[in-house]
Amino acid sequence: MSNTAAAGHTLAHGDNYINHTPGIKSWLGTLDHKRIGMMYLYTILCFFLLGGIFALMIRWQLFSPDSHFVDHDKYNRLFTYHGAIMVFMVIIPLIPAAIGNFVLPMMLGAKDVAFPRWNLASYYVYLTGALFAASTLFLKGVDTGWTFYTPLSIRTQSSATWVLIGAFIMGFSSILTGLNFIVTIHKLRAPGLTWDRLPLFVWALYATSIIQVLATPVLAITLFLLILERTIGIGIFDPKLGGDPVLFQHFFWFYSHPAVYIMVLPGMGVISEIIPVFSRKPMFGYKAIAGATFGIALVSFVVWGHHLFVSGQSEFANFVFSLITMFVAVPTGVKVFSWLGTMYKGSIRFNVPMLYVFSFLFVFTIGGLTGVFLATVSVDVHLTDTYFVIAHFHYVMVGGTIFAFLGGLNYWFPKFSGKMYNETAGKIACLLVSLGFNVTFFPQFILGTLGMPRRYANYLPQFTTLNMVSTVGSWMIAAGLLLTAFYLWRALKNGKPAGDNPWGALTLEWQTPSPPPMENFLYDPVVTDGPYEYRGEKIKLGMYA
Amino acid sequence: MRRLLLGMIITMFGIELNARAATLPVAATDVAASWDSLYWFLIWLSLVFFVGIVVAMIVFAVKYRKDVNKKPKYIHGHTGLEVVWTVIPTILVLIIFAWGWAVYRDMIHPPADAMEVHVIGKQWSWQFSYSNGNTSVRDLYVPLNKPVKLIMSSEDVIHSMFIPNFRVKQDVVPGMYSHVWFESKVPGIHQIFCTEYCGTDHSAMLGRVIVLTAEQWKEWWSGKKIDVDSLPSDPSFPGYRANFLGEGLPADAAQAQGLSLAEKGKKLYETRTCSACHSTDGSAKVGPTFKGLYGSDVKLIDGTTVKADDNYIHESIVMPAAKVVDGFGPVSAMPMGLVTSEDEINQLVEFIKSLK
Repeated sequence: MSNTAAAGHTLAHGDNYINHTPGIKSWLGTLDHKRIGMMYLYTILCFFLLGGIFALMIRWQLFSPDSHFVDHDKYNRLFTYHGAIMVFMVIIPLIPAAIGNFVLPMMLGAKDVAFPRWNLASYYVYLTGALFAASTLFLKGVDTGWTFYTPLSIRTQSSATWVLIGAFIMGFSSILTGLNFIVTIHKLRAPGLTWDRLPLFVWALYATSIIQVLATPVLAITLFLLILERTIGIGIFDPKLGGDPVLFQHFFWFYSHPAVYIMVLPGMGVISEIIPVFSRKPMFGYKAIAGATFGIALVSFVVWGHHLFVSGQSEFANFVFSLITMFVAVPTGVKVFSWLGTMYKGSIRFNVPMLYVFSFLFVFTIGGLTGVFLATVSVDVHLTDTYFVIAHFHYVMVGGTIFAFLGGLNYWFPKFSGKMYNETAGKIACLLVSLGFNVTFFPQFILGTLGMPRRYANYLPQFTTLNMVSTVGSWMIAAGLLLTAFYLWRALKNGKPAGDNPWGALTLEWQTPSPPPMENFLYDPVVTDGPYEYRGEKIKLGMYA
Repeated sequence: MRRLLLGMIITMFGIELNARAATLPVAATDVAASWDSLYWFLIWLSLVFFVGIVVAMIVFAVKYRKDVNKKPKYIHGHTGLEVVWTVIPTILVLIIFAWGWAVYRDMIHPPADAMEVHVIGKQWSWQFSYSNGNTSVRDLYVPLNKPVKLIMSSEDVIHSMFIPNFRVKQDVVPGMYSHVWFESKVPGIHQIFCTEYCGTDHSAMLGRVIVLTAEQWKEWWSGKKIDVDSLPSDPSFPGYRANFLGEGLPADAAQAQGLSLAEKGKKLYETRTCSACHSTDGSAKVGPTFKGLYGSDVKLIDGTTVKADDNYIHESIVMPAAKVVDGFGPVSAMPMGLVTSEDEINQLVEFIKSLK
């Protein structure tokens, strides 16, 4: 369908998922995947704000070595909440449940996900769990760290049980979404949308969903056992009762390491969507990228032990886990090289989503390479539990997932809203966030190699300068994110109409009006070509790119 | 061209030497030095990849920007290239793994003649017990150029012993012993951090390794106090001497006592009624004898055999029913809770070790 024809339809109908039925009630009880996606988005962004405020408070405390901004107990709660909120309530659901919910069925040419009621249920399950966990802010708080290591988490007098129950509940939301996506991808593809024509974002969500369905139950079991240990003392993890505290770490990371890929694979999927569109070129090595996605997902299940190199795990286990972890680098490298290959001899546009891709590649490469350091068992011994690890996983989680999310948000915003934002503001915000990110986290690599341990409320005076730099960086990130919130809000209020396909993309979600009508498409789409077949007149298609 | 290359290499080494001092603690052991070599290999290798990727990205972005390159090339991939960028990284990570493993083996296997020191982690301090009965808190005293093995356990939650200058770190887990070893080549003070989050004052759970020359060591071993302030400060943290942060925490309390660890254990053996059931002369009473127990292979009632090491003895004291020796079953007659403090368990372990 051509661009102008679709625009004509928007004008002719004017009926879309936003204005189809009015009133807050019609939103809260909606079965429409787009509305549910938006509800997820707004809810998650609220928690992102909360987790971000905790991050800024952490950095403020660490501005000086013997700060009394908060006392030790409060500081321990700050980093626990920051970690737990960002992991369980933000990064895990962010791209799949918010963007994925909106975009996935449209990319498939479907009217909705396979089980719309499950979809709505998953949102309320998530909300219930998140509110459960957040309610402890008004009780005694939690001071276990987001990893809940035993026996500290058994002994603590804080409200850890409520957070554990919250995380337990949120897990079901993750499983529901995962199962829903798997069935949707299998059953609801448009005619002609064969497996080798699936957009790579769909492949990424598919792999993510499989991990969610397989790994999350293990977390549920682990948290449930810990709740029992805290309440009735079953003696599984408590050494005083003959339990093994390290067993908890095995259980916990058996979920939480695959969870790292639940967080990052969807981000890689977003990047794989943006690059071909703004390079006007087919994806370089489409099959390799799809294969690498599954390679990473598979390996992710058998590397959890690399979190336990100094935990007292056996020498043999360290050998095996170090060796297997090394192989994560290979498919990850394949992806990065293929993305570069896609840009090679392309016709590159510098719109905001593409700028986030550049930032992503810069930052994610550092995150990936420092991962090799930590996979190397002897090198890990010195670096683990120091700021090197903090820097590494922020380069992967923020540089990978959050940057990809921001790229995706700027990419699909015109589709979500039908409006275009101020691109100059978008570019300034991207610059601020990217610069600020590196100013915040790069010094932390050096703090780590120098030996500064993580989760320290106060530190040796020798670490002061680097910590100050890091704190200043956190303000730059905050400024960039606030600016993003501001220009997107303004675009929602009175942005220019974006048109149906402002970037001239070929995937199905762009071949329908913006914002999309209730059941997504005016005609049942038929697919005749791959998702990135830019040639001939398709190269110049977008109004904005 | 050759001169340029040479210049570049020299510059790179210069940069590396400066960067080492700015980004890594002093390498005070041989293991630390070999760790550093591997670390810098990884840094250079990463730089090659990072610079390659970022330069390619920038060059493509500039060279193929929309205004310049209006007609993108319609290509889907290149099998040869894809094989190359799969195979080369695979080989590289295997090399890295092997090198990493080699350093790790040196890092965790102490020489047989290493001096043993018992370490107890508790919220939020370190306690050290030496074989002659000396004890110290927060400050660990060791001789220069002599291998030292720490046998570590925890009184409460998980802690972690981290000595940056030695590049060693090991979690200290309640209910079991873990080990770390080092041989310091640099006298003076070396910082200790707790690196496993352990509750309120985790960030104040610091300590120092005090590395003494042979003469100073002799004095300290015989019970004399050492003026730590006169020793060289930590070379990685120049001028920094305090061994803890925060207020209201006990300062260094090194003290010498008359009895050795094993002798203290013997006292416990007599006073806590161990002697009623366990002999020290090889004869079997209600329980198995302690003579020759340490290091022997013990047959259990379930038919399996275990080595009687530190962890076995620790577990048998705390949880007598966990492993019952063949011929003494079907259930253990020994009550739990006879000895519960880690300090006393250590003394008993040393006593049993002494009964060859």
